Amino acid sequence: MANEYQIYGINGPVVTIAGPTALRMMEMVYVGEGRLIGEVIGLDVAMTTIQVYEETTGLSAGQPVYATGELMSVTLGPGLLSNIFDGIERPLNALEEATGSFIGRGCNLPALDAERLWDVTILAKPGDEVSGGTVLATCPETSAILHKVILSPIFSGRIVEVKSDGQYTVNNVIAVLEDTNGNRHELTLCQRWPIRSPRPVEKRLAPTRPLITGQRVIDTLLPIAKGGAAAIPGGFGTGKTMTQHQLAKWCNADIIVYIGCGERGNEMTQVLTEFSELLDPKSGKPLTDRTILIANTSNMPVAAREASIYTGITLAEYYRDMGYHIAIMADSTSRWAEALREISGRLEEMPADEGFPAYLPSRLAEFYERAGYTQNQNGTEGSITIIGAVSPQGSDFSEPVTQNTKRFTRCFWALDKSLAYARHYPAINWTESYSEYTVPLTDWFHENVGADFLSMRGQLFKILLEENQLLEIVKLIGADVLPDDQKLTLETARVIRVGFLQQNAFHADDTFVSLRKQKEMMRLILLLHEKARQIVLRQVPVVQIVKTGLFEKLVKMKYNIPNDNPEMFAEYAADIDNKLAPLIKKAGM
Amino acid sequence: MIIEYSGLSQIVGPLVTLEGVPGAIYDEMVELCLQDGSVRVGRVVKVEGDKLVVQVFEGTRGLSLENTQTHFTGKPIELALSKEILGRTFDGLGRPKDGLGEVYAECRRDVNGAPMNPVSRMYPQNYINTGVSSIDALATLIRGQKLPIFSGSGMKHNELAVQLVRQASLADEADFAIVFAAMGVKNDVAQYFIDSFESANVMSRVVMFLNLANDPIIERVITPRCALAAAEYLAFEKGMHILVIMTDITSYAEALREFSSSKGEIPGRKGFPGYLYSDLASLYERAGILKGKGGSVTQIPILTMPNDDITHPIPDLTGYITEGQIVLGRELDSTGIYPPVSVLPSLSRLMKDGIGEGFTRKDHSAAANQLFASYAKVQDAKALASVIGEDELSLADRKLMEFGREFERRFLNQGYNENRKIDETLDLGWALLSMLPREELDRVDDETLDEHYHPTEANEENS
Repeated sequence: MANEYQIYGINGPVVTIAGPTALRMMEMVYVGEGRLIGEVIGLDVAMTTIQVYEETTGLSAGQPVYATGELMSVTLGPGLLSNIFDGIERPLNALEEATGSFIGRGCNLPALDAERLWDVTILAKPGDEVSGGTVLATCPETSAILHKVILSPIFSGRIVEVKSDGQYTVNNVIAVLEDTNGNRHELTLCQRWPIRSPRPVEKRLAPTRPLITGQRVIDTLLPIAKGGAAAIPGGFGTGKTMTQHQLAKWCNADIIVYIGCGERGNEMTQVLTEFSELLDPKSGKPLTDRTILIANTSNMPVAAREASIYTGITLAEYYRDMGYHIAIMADSTSRWAEALREISGRLEEMPADEGFPAYLPSRLAEFYERAGYTQNQNGTEGSITIIGAVSPQGSDFSEPVTQNTKRFTRCFWALDKSLAYARHYPAINWTESYSEYTVPLTDWFHENVGADFLSMRGQLFKILLEENQLLEIVKLIGADVLPDDQKLTLETARVIRVGFLQQNAFHADDTFVSLRKQKEMMRLILLLHEKARQIVLRQVPVVQIVKTGLFEKLVKMKYNIPNDNPEMFAEYAADIDNKLAPLIKKAGM
Repeated sequence: MIIEYSGLSQIVGPLVTLEGVPGAIYDEMVELCLQDGSVRVGRVVKVEGDKLVVQVFEGTRGLSLENTQTHFTGKPIELALSKEILGRTFDGLGRPKDGLGEVYAECRRDVNGAPMNPVSRMYPQNYINTGVSSIDALATLIRGQKLPIFSGSGMKHNELAVQLVRQASLADEADFAIVFAAMGVKNDVAQYFIDSFESANVMSRVVMFLNLANDPIIERVITPRCALAAAEYLAFEKGMHILVIMTDITSYAEALREFSSSKGEIPGRKGFPGYLYSDLASLYERAGILKGKGGSVTQIPILTMPNDDITHPIPDLTGYITEGQIVLGRELDSTGIYPPVSVLPSLSRLMKDGIGEGFTRKDHSAAANQLFASYAKVQDAKALASVIGEDELSLADRKLMEFGREFERRFLNQGYNENRKIDETLDLGWALLSMLPREELDRVDDETLDEHYHPTEANEENS
């Protein structure tokens, strides 16, 4: 039989077939008697190379390899949300039922529940001319998200037959399409798509709307746009995962795709349990209703880890095509790069930097370029924002994965070990990090938060930079010898660091803060700074201002001013005026 | 398929190559019978048509190309398991070493195990009281966690590990056992552990897997896997709470490097194979709790950082997999502080959900945060003092220095047999924090401060 071959060699996750085959590059195959899932990654006349997505223990030379004729693909349809999959879209819940608490091998379960009935409203009518992206039907997928059944981009033509509204499973035919060649295609609620090919869009738009995260250091200082890409590099223990969890919980995307790529099993369990208990601040529905989890933990097969990134982004693109805004958390892209390295090593390819293959930058670029704010084929707008964690070896940002990621992302949130050691979370270092999205977002901030927002942000930054320079001096000679105006800068900078940048993820009010409150907090800090500066300029020692307790009060305002009580900011401002009045008098102003 | 072949075609380091063997199974166990009748165990690590590469665990010394009989078992390496293994000692490949005969096998398990389904895991939240202040308060150990000790040669990691076992087991009323895996440690060290377990009266609840410094190196690659297979069996079949101590991970990783280089693989950082991360993960990720299985596997791997360098690939990759780390500091150790836990880089990732009301005490997280933050400031003050002298410091910095010293002397430092209750530890923490001016405590809300901040008492005590 032409589509059956024999295993020749086995080396870890890499299996070879001797002699010429009719297989295609990136074709999915079943390997061995256990029918393990694999993918063709190398073809030449003498040898076909396959990476296997499961443990290869127990395979032997001579066992069969079956061709499927299909590129490595995922199934797209209702039922993806609130579900958890491994790197090649096998549903982990169903897998648990099939093989128990430990993941068995050779279990080819359908990604979507074939039994479940969906309440489908048919929108297409016979005679409609349709093309890729046309919405044929809708069904409520979860309480938060309406699933739109869209025509796969590979089809176009005329609808010749539709079913009536009602309950259908993912595999029931809901309409029949006749393409331009007169061929009939039966359309169901689901479709397949190869994971390594981006789904087509009409055109890309400029990213001019922010992804609001409720984290002050990000929203105010280092904002990210919807459709943008950000990297979070940081050594272990600096809070990459915590930051990603915070973003996944609170950012204002419609849908979150969380890819646990080569990370800890317990973390995925935490996401599962925590997200089912938390409510989305926007819709009031459980967070799981808008979340898809891809879990390929560090001890699961390495080839599937490599695929998990592509699986995740393909699912995201599918929902983007419906007109949703998606944020992808990829934790961690370094583990994915290591999977590339491991497989490249088994293929005995010539290594480049630190053993990583030479094609690492191009693969990273391919991935991050799938982010974007787009106009879809059906005219809707959607976006995919990628937030990728990077785990640099030895916390050294000069290593290849961090460096190459920097080239393809426009936001760089560098996590700092010394901040993390002092338990300053999120440990984003404000001098090393940058965001290139501030400029395209300017108009949005002007219209929605106020014209003064960005200028206040600039002042905040300036104080922090001054502090940075002053600290160099303090390190050498101590803070006591500084002139009073510089001492004031240090004092204000401390308020900014502890009272503003540092944010407590476990505090009910502080875990998510609206842009408006962020702005008001900034305003108070700058108000105090400006008034105090005037007083200090008249030779009043800064100690006297510190004694008023105003700095301490502002440090704790993040806890003491509830999110739903913005009137308190006026009280605080009045208090600043009152407490400083005697000093102003003294200074003779 | 059980087949025998005679003769080998190549021997390189711990690897032997056989040719003309069709149908060998990847990863299966083979037995090599030498001329003198002795038997060695190996594993198929590469298949290429009818040519295959076998890794010999006990080394290839004395093997000849001609007179070696190779016996294929058709199975991966398995471990015979039953509850009888409690109290027994095995070698690095899981064969009895204590002369008490074979284990009557209730079941046999592939030592490699299988990955736990993340859906089946239960998020660990049960705190283990170790009685060591620095750990209980600042890097809390949680049941089902993997929390390594990063140490250096000559530091007191073994003592700390034994103290953790002793005091954690005392507190535990549930079915509790220890699995101990020694990889390339000195005989003395292994003996120290055995003696300590005996004097703590837990020997009947210990399963030992010993691959000592003078045992075959390649065998070390299997030792932790045997230990973890035993731990998983006891935890998830027998519902016991298992504490796995693995020492020394550095020797393990070096064995892996040796094996990898003899296989001719492309090396990554410092010559370690590119898959070191995945390989270490396949050990560490076997810690956890499963829904509906009762027991738990908690791991305390010990590793000595080469040259005390935390960025070395072994501690670096370990830190990325484990749920935190306890770092021992050379400076504290040399000033005689025991346990010399270097507070700032130490961390327990699972701590946040396992402390507070209902677990430890309501004020725990506030106290821990403030202790970390204040002790971090102490480091800045210290650095400044080393430049301008302590006398020249501002009053606030001098207070910080004082706090730092007392924190190390009274909080970190404790007796080898001292078992502090969590209340004692936290109260001590607040007493120390009360040495500082109240406005310095910026990580704590006013309500908690009102309850726990008592500057007069602290000053009386210290004056």
